[in-house]
Amino acid sequence: MELTQIFTIAAKEFRDRMRNRWVLAVALVFTVFSLVIAYFGGAQQGAVGFRSIEFTIASLVSLVIYLIPLIALLLGFDAIVGERERGSLDLLLSLPITRLELLLGKYLGLAAALALSTLAGFGMVAVLLSRQMSWASMYHYFGFMLSSVLLGLAFLSLAVLLSVLARDRTRASGLAIATWFFFVLVFDLLLLGVLVGSGGRFGGESFALLLLLNPADVFRILNVFSLEDVRTLYGLATVVPPAMGSPLKMGGAMLVWIAVPLALAHWRFKP
Amino acid sequence: MASISPASDTAAQDAAVALRGVSKHYGALHAVDGVDLDIPRGEIFGLIGHNGAGKSTLFKMMLGLVPATQGSIVVGGAQVGGRDFRAARRHLGYLPENVVLYDNLSGLETLRFFARLKHAPQTQCQAVLERVGLQHAGQRPVREYSKGMRQRLGFAQALLGQPRVLFLDEPTNGLDPQAIRDFYATLRGLQADGVTVIITSHILAELQERVDRLAIMAAGKVQAVGSVQALREQTQMPLCFTIDLAPQDATEACRLLEQATGIAPEVLPTGLRLRCPRSHKMAVLAALAPLGARVQDLKMLEPSLEDVFFGFAD
Repeated sequence: MELTQIFTIAAKEFRDRMRNRWVLAVALVFTVFSLVIAYFGGAQQGAVGFRSIEFTIASLVSLVIYLIPLIALLLGFDAIVGERERGSLDLLLSLPITRLELLLGKYLGLAAALALSTLAGFGMVAVLLSRQMSWASMYHYFGFMLSSVLLGLAFLSLAVLLSVLARDRTRASGLAIATWFFFVLVFDLLLLGVLVGSGGRFGGESFALLLLLNPADVFRILNVFSLEDVRTLYGLATVVPPAMGSPLKMGGAMLVWIAVPLALAHWRFKP
Repeated sequence: MASISPASDTAAQDAAVALRGVSKHYGALHAVDGVDLDIPRGEIFGLIGHNGAGKSTLFKMMLGLVPATQGSIVVGGAQVGGRDFRAARRHLGYLPENVVLYDNLSGLETLRFFARLKHAPQTQCQAVLERVGLQHAGQRPVREYSKGMRQRLGFAQALLGQPRVLFLDEPTNGLDPQAIRDFYATLRGLQADGVTVIITSHILAELQERVDRLAIMAAGKVQAVGSVQALREQTQMPLCFTIDLAPQDATEACRLLEQATGIAPEVLPTGLRLRCPRSHKMAVLAALAPLGARVQDLKMLEPSLEDVFFGFAD
């Protein structure tokens, strides 16, 4: 494997996203939404203004869980199929570059763009709110930012897999939306349905493990379990066993969600 | 892998491209079926055939994009798919059909990107840009390029890394007549440097004058290989003479020609037309000699590559 080839592809992808202001636009979206949530998140309870970092993070988690998977899927769905459709995939693969190098280059370039916009967008909020935040709050907020990046990278990996599997861009975009729908909207409802339908017989620890099958749920557990207040707020403590509260384990689960779709993409990648 | 006989082995070593028993099967479909081909270094070689004849698949196999089901392919001295093929790829140039390059990059940025991937010096970018006549548009984004300019940029990209073998799929698509002429002049220049060029085109009239040899593909097989002239002779297609004469001389000419060839010419308002086997060429000229200056004009039409193509491909 030649790292220079991976880097050349990655640098082009990253520069494309910088140049067409994609990174800037997404960062701005994150900043604006976070600020709105930080100041008006408590409006339902009759209070406006920054309350606590825990409540802010809890509200941000709900936002991010919808937004980041969508952004990541839209960013990555045409990574390979786009090249295929414009006829440049054959050209790239006729050069001294392997499919794995091309795939990794594409992924890393897009991942850098997504990570930068996420960190810049939420980082800006941290700077603006730094006066109201203690060191402990900062630490939690940093954890939230990191897990948001991981969530994005996991869905980006899924997007790249779709872009390898799909025959054309139209199908790839359809698959991307369907994937978003499934993981973000349908999956939890299905689990809930099984739980209720079975009268609780499938509950317990093994049931909670099913949450690992959805990177969005892994993200939720990562953030919710690090915060005492939020844990009780969400009422998840009764469902999820304490062992799954370990940020390291959940971080590891996220890494698996990044690696496995990429490995599948490489396996299915044919010119 | 097909076994290679000692005799063909030396041919394969000298050849820039050597195919031995190459097949590609997709289930029951035989896209390419038992192709043997040697293309010597420095040759401009045409590959023609109907859509679906197997040209593209053959191209892709020679570039190592699609593995062959059977057979062996050597390109630029390296076995396709073998260990040293990656290094050999640095010296292959490829222009895919209807390729769309990156709109948001400038012409020069596009070339720099490909030069990096090909491990070619960045200084080559400006040189190839000049070679295809785009030196003034290097800084402009590709989205502002006309179709012909995009095609030229695609060609420039293929020239990076001082290629030993060039694979050009419909390279003159979208080029105006002057650009087509310049393009073939560039190919001749490359040929003089020992570059081998493999080219496909649907415009047979364009290839006819410009390739050294060509292969006609149909149904996954190479139906014929040779120079245009050799293929003409192989098909035994008739020559067509058009002889301009005054009406009073036509009867005599008619008699002379029929005597010499055994074929009755067709009478036209301007004279005669005669279709006869190639072997009668000199006999026709000799038969017309007694008429001297009474023959106002004489045209001899060889079968075009198109005629030859349909003779083999159908």
